[in-house]
Amino acid sequence: MFIPPKKKSLLQLVQSLSYLVPSLVLFICFVFYPLLKSAQLSLFNTDLIGQETIYIGFQRYIDMFSSLQFLHSLWATLLFTIYTVLPGMLIALGLAYIANWQLRGIAVFQTIFAFPLSIAVAGASMIFMMLFNPTAGVFAYFLQVFHLPAISWLADPNWSLISVSLVAIWRGLGFNIIIFLSGLQSIPKHLYESAGIDGASPWRQFIDITLPLLSPTSFFVFIVSIINSMQTFGEINILTQGGPSESTNVIVYSIYREGFFNLNYSYASAESIILFFIILLLTLFEFWVLERKVFYR
Amino acid sequence: MKSILRYFFLTAAAFFILAPFLYAVSVSFETASEAATFPPQFIPSGFYTDSYSKAIATAPIFHFILNSFIVSLLVTAGQVFTCSLAAFAFAFLEFPYKKLLFALFLSTMMIPWEATIIPNYFTIRSLEWLDTYQGLAVPFFASAFGTFLLRQYFQTLPREIFEAARMDGCGHFRFFITMVLPLSRPALATLTVYAFLTTYNQYLWPLLITNTDNMRTVQIGLAMLQWDQGISWNTTMAGIVLVSLPTILLLVLGQKQLVRGLTAGSTKG
Repeated sequence: MFIPPKKKSLLQLVQSLSYLVPSLVLFICFVFYPLLKSAQLSLFNTDLIGQETIYIGFQRYIDMFSSLQFLHSLWATLLFTIYTVLPGMLIALGLAYIANWQLRGIAVFQTIFAFPLSIAVAGASMIFMMLFNPTAGVFAYFLQVFHLPAISWLADPNWSLISVSLVAIWRGLGFNIIIFLSGLQSIPKHLYESAGIDGASPWRQFIDITLPLLSPTSFFVFIVSIINSMQTFGEINILTQGGPSESTNVIVYSIYREGFFNLNYSYASAESIILFFIILLLTLFEFWVLERKVFYR
Repeated sequence: MKSILRYFFLTAAAFFILAPFLYAVSVSFETASEAATFPPQFIPSGFYTDSYSKAIATAPIFHFILNSFIVSLLVTAGQVFTCSLAAFAFAFLEFPYKKLLFALFLSTMMIPWEATIIPNYFTIRSLEWLDTYQGLAVPFFASAFGTFLLRQYFQTLPREIFEAARMDGCGHFRFFITMVLPLSRPALATLTVYAFLTTYNQYLWPLLITNTDNMRTVQIGLAMLQWDQGISWNTTMAGIVLVSLPTILLLVLGQKQLVRGLTAGSTKG
């Protein structure tokens, strides 16, 4: 690939680069340079305005992986991913399935199901803050109606992460439903027709036809959901600020707090690099699975 | 009979999805004391709009919406410009290192924005772009996803028009402006809706680089209406309803474009 280009192709390169330059300049300034700069910052001690002072090598990473605070952040991030990804996918799959019924006016329901997309994180979080209110909120009311013990949702370290997850699941539904619906629509109708003639129940059809043929879509939603949940910030900043007692201090929130409140740029940069590697590995895993074409189509 | 049952299911599900927002709308029309009662009052006793005037008086909501519109339009215009140029080169031109450059573009999608915010914040600070529209918008002017989306569409255009244009002595750039762009309106519309919605809903970046009410975008400005002393839930909800109207409208009007944009990523495999 690195053979020096001939004169004619050199001309082509210059010509084509003129189309690519606007994007390339922006990517270099706001993506590649900052990533490398983060890596560099993590190898130094930094002062209060973010200048490197003393080279410390990988000491920051060694300290991090032996500090409870960082391991706790990793754990909170993992829990948050578990709470949001599979429940969010299952609800969305169910809703997409019924939104794919061939009925008059189904388009109206498809639009309504996509609705959470249009409510941004700040609004959604504040609505749920009202619902979570332990003394006058709707959730407290329902618990009382069903004679269940009261829960102090956001203020209880055992429930705070679950509460935040509920908001994230609701917010993610619109996207997941749209993707699942387009996956369902791409399954050839005649498969169901012949299964129907053979007398297969709707449930058997769902298990034997829908799920296997939907597996590439499900896999895509799975990976994207994990990546999204690892980057969740707004809900946590508005609802819990990482608390109570660090229970919702996920990595992205920790980067924000260490970088912009404690002015510990080096530590925050090291966390950024870890986050980058986690997401890189997930993406490479996605490509690897797709390359192997383990799916039915 | 079967379809009646199905409509019943669909309606129940729709209600379940809309419930949080419907309740917010309901509370926004209640009085402050109704909004604070327990058990919660689900339907307002009247059609009180005091909450809306109070929300507007407490926070410059329309100014926030204007800021968000300006930033979102800037980003959208920037992305349409940079992405369509790059996508044209990748779809129509032959040049050395094409695969390598395309991989370089795609690799930016694997780099989470959150992992770059600290150096980006320093960059914007040293350019003295804190609290400016350009600081909010310029970092998002390029998009690998947008390039990918447009390139896919450009590739479906018949190659013959490119050959025919070349025969007529039409230069690349003129071909791009007079043929490719007009033929690609559906894809450009998709990118527009997608870029606008994503930018309008941004949270972390505007939180970092805006400090004055004058430059706040809606998502950050809403915090001024956060339930607190002196502000009751009905006012907070009125603010949320107001700032959500543009995006709800965009979802209803641009759903086809949005669906096309969102699903573009899922079919690449």
